Amino acid sequence: MCWLRTAVLGILGLFVDDATFAASILVWVMLVVLLLRHAHIRAEFKGPILGIGLAAILVESATRRARK
Amino acid sequence: MEPSQVTWAHAGPPIVAAFLASLVEFVEALTVILAVGSVRGWRDALSGAGVALAVLVAIIAGLGTALRRIPLGYVQLGVGILLLLFGVRWLRKAILRSAGVIPFHDEAAIFAKETDAMQRLGGSGRWDRVAFGTTFQIMMLEGIEVVFIVIAVGASGSGLLVPASLGALAALLAVILLGIVVHRPLAKVPENTLKFIVGALLSAFGSFWVGEGVGLDWPGADWSLLGLIVWFLLMAQFAVSLCRMQSARRAVDVGD
Repeated sequence: MCWLRTAVLGILGLFVDDATFAASILVWVMLVVLLLRHAHIRAEFKGPILGIGLAAILVESATRRARK
Repeated sequence: MEPSQVTWAHAGPPIVAAFLASLVEFVEALTVILAVGSVRGWRDALSGAGVALAVLVAIIAGLGTALRRIPLGYVQLGVGILLLLFGVRWLRKAILRSAGVIPFHDEAAIFAKETDAMQRLGGSGRWDRVAFGTTFQIMMLEGIEVVFIVIAVGASGSGLLVPASLGALAALLAVILLGIVVHRPLAKVPENTLKFIVGALLSAFGSFWVGEGVGLDWPGADWSLLGLIVWFLLMAQFAVSLCRMQSARRAVDVGD
């Protein structure tokens, strides 16, 4: 089953470089879905809030990597 | 009205409506395909898009109007998350390269290595699953949207499915022509700049589809994609500046 493990890791590697970074994105998406769906915010602001958070995670992750 | 009785007066509006709506979707797909093709190579980028088109045609032939029952939201969310993870990963690497945190690709060395490997194998070259997978995903997603457009427009009257399909097909041909015209100028753009742009594009598309998939609204609907692309590019530039500062500070600390 070594080939299967290699294939799975190869496919996973296409989407995940830094596990913390990928996990943060998924957590943010889940938070946005759970919190914004029922929040009293104007509907057209909800999408941009998702985008702002994603960009913030990107900037934080890149600068964290630069500090190492 | 029987399908055989459809005249140009009846067929015109669905053709135009399907053409314009499909054009928007195909241009979105073309943007990503061109960007991926320029960075990763045309063979696998075009193969991914071509296979996606073939799969779509097979699905349409197999399912027909039953396609209307597929929950589009789940497709958008699933593909959106994959595009998003892939896009931000790519953009993060481009930021770190621009800031000098990780080295640039030595393309000449990679090319020599690949050519040597290909010559030894005697084959036609390695399969680039990144290029194939990305263009396959975007073409499938936009293609499914076009299928929904055709079904929606075609369902507005008896015998209008064929004119709506012709409108979508004309849009596809127009976009292919557009791609042929603009792909050469793109080849002159520096590699990391292109990677920056591809990363921003994929991140924007991914964010948009995730939002659509979970039912979030975007101001201006599909037009907000342009805003998202600009937003990710600006934030990536900002991140490059911050990373350069961090690297410089670290270098001073190590020197001390």
